[in-house]
Amino acid sequence: MYLDFNLKTIEPAELVDTARTLKAEGYRMVQICANKIPEGYELTYSFDKDLELYNYRVILPEDGEIESITDSYFAAFVYENEIKDLFGIKVNHIALDFQGNFFITNEPTPWKKGKSE
Amino acid sequence: MSSITKSPWVIHYDGSSCNGCDIEVLACLTPMYDAERFGIINTGNPKHADIFLVTGGVNEQNKNVVKQIYEQMPEPKVVVAVGICACSGGIFADCYNILGGVDTVIPVDVYVPGCAARPEAIIDGIVQGLGVLAEKKAKMDRGELPCADGCSCSK
Amino acid sequence: MAKQTVIPFGPQHPVLPEPVHLDLVLEDETVVQAIPSIGFVHRGLEKLVETKEYTELMYVTERICGICAFGHNWGYCLAAEGLMKIQIPERAEMLRTLWHELSRVHSHLLWLGLLADAFGFESLFQHCWRVRERVLDLFEATTGGRVIFSVCKVGGVHRDIEPEMLQKIAATVEGMKKETKELCDVFVNDYSVKNRLVGVGTVTKEQAADLCAVGPTSRGSGIPSDMRSFNPTYQKLGFEPVVEEAGDCYARTMVRIRELYQSMDLVIAACNNMPEGDIAVPVKAKPEGEFMARLEQPRGEAIYYLKGNGTKFLERMRIRTPTNINIPFLVKALEGCDLADVPVIVLSIDPCISCTER
Repeated sequence: MYLDFNLKTIEPAELVDTARTLKAEGYRMVQICANKIPEGYELTYSFDKDLELYNYRVILPEDGEIESITDSYFAAFVYENEIKDLFGIKVNHIALDFQGNFFITNEPTPWKKGKSE
Repeated sequence: MSSITKSPWVIHYDGSSCNGCDIEVLACLTPMYDAERFGIINTGNPKHADIFLVTGGVNEQNKNVVKQIYEQMPEPKVVVAVGICACSGGIFADCYNILGGVDTVIPVDVYVPGCAARPEAIIDGIVQGLGVLAEKKAKMDRGELPCADGCSCSK
Repeated sequence: MAKQTVIPFGPQHPVLPEPVHLDLVLEDETVVQAIPSIGFVHRGLEKLVETKEYTELMYVTERICGICAFGHNWGYCLAAEGLMKIQIPERAEMLRTLWHELSRVHSHLLWLGLLADAFGFESLFQHCWRVRERVLDLFEATTGGRVIFSVCKVGGVHRDIEPEMLQKIAATVEGMKKETKELCDVFVNDYSVKNRLVGVGTVTKEQAADLCAVGPTSRGSGIPSDMRSFNPTYQKLGFEPVVEEAGDCYARTMVRIRELYQSMDLVIAACNNMPEGDIAVPVKAKPEGEFMARLEQPRGEAIYYLKGNGTKFLERMRIRTPTNINIPFLVKALEGCDLADVPVIVLSIDPCISCTER
């Protein structure tokens, strides 16, 4: 079950088109992972085809915004709302937008400030 | 008095637990452990219940739910915290979204340890809770508990 | 057009095993839209990477969910081993497979019981859980725990199983087959059960692919995706994914029933083909870099992503659980169903909410 990471970094503006192409080629969206890094945020989009994993990475500045990929992959709404609620990243045009009410936490966007220390 | 302690009705609420304790609470009711042979009945209605079983820690989202269920239960009532998360927050005590054990929100009478709490321990916790229940009932009969008329001001 | 009504369903509902909330938009008795909302059991455990060392984190990950605890334990260890390029002994691999498949047997039996409860067959529920206790006894005998057993560690496993015990496991599982068959015959053949399952909550293969579904949920719609297919240990034991084509609740039930027998066979095969050797290798490295591991949980594919920075504290841990990605599938399956079928359809994806919210 070990897998190659197949990582490719793309520009935020390329994301929607990349997702559309992948969808047309029959890739399955696997997950979206956000991570706080010193420069801002790092988003990893994973796709699967024939049990092979492909990752696309987008680096966003602290106040950056990203377009939703829900027009190609409806299932992405789960992750995009999660990213919005936990990290405070602005995701535009989500097909099913919960307006920050998907995960209700004790403190808003607990992941935004990065490491606690 | 015996009408309560011989057949306690329990209500179970899953706080933010991992399901481990929940399925063990459920396992108590299934043929292997069969808590019903002690007259223990699981109910979904807080107004029918004598014993409140809580699994998992509390968070901002469910703290009011726990409080409401507790307030709706008639006096005398007993709270049993099942599993280490309900006792103290357990392994998740450091998480940003956990307030801590159930006792941060409502008074707890019996603490059942374990991760996950074993069915034997849960049944034992309920049986210990029955002792507390009988005591509370006796106090109510003597008029020592201020809320003997069933109001929800707890202790 | 009929007037629309919104019915809030959950988080506390007599037929719901777990705190999921759905807003059901109804026209008369028909559901036209279902809007899920989660977050009732969100703990934020991924952030514990800041305070717990990488060697302690598997105790956190296995407490994501008390039903697929072993799988989460294994998945985390897989990712950590991948990150540090550790090759674990064959015997450890086989022992993990054995416990994981036993977990699947217990999880599927638990699910069959809950399904029976959802369509109102209380005694069938009790019998499913009675048979399930035998698996828990095996867990207790081999690891000491019933639902959470902390037996996996980075580099191998903590405990070995003696040859006599392996024989006993094989014999017990063989004995369970007969009991399971009695139960499953009811699910497969009973008129009233079929009435509740056949043609309910149908999702086609194209739709399931479109919604990125995983696990038995997608295999019920004819997508043969199973993460066990490319695992060498499973290949050695002769593994083939179970697929059904119909895409309704009955097909999803059939997938799980066939997987139940398959897992029992895999357990017996693992007992009979246990390689000799060590059960763990020492681990001294500090994790650095990134790794993504995938594992087939009883509910479907789970993703474990780790990022290390050369210290004993990881930079990021991310776990994508199967129910998380099956929620869009559930929303689709609920469209156009009767209100009375909602509990059965919700259960048919085998939702695990504490997994979903972590």
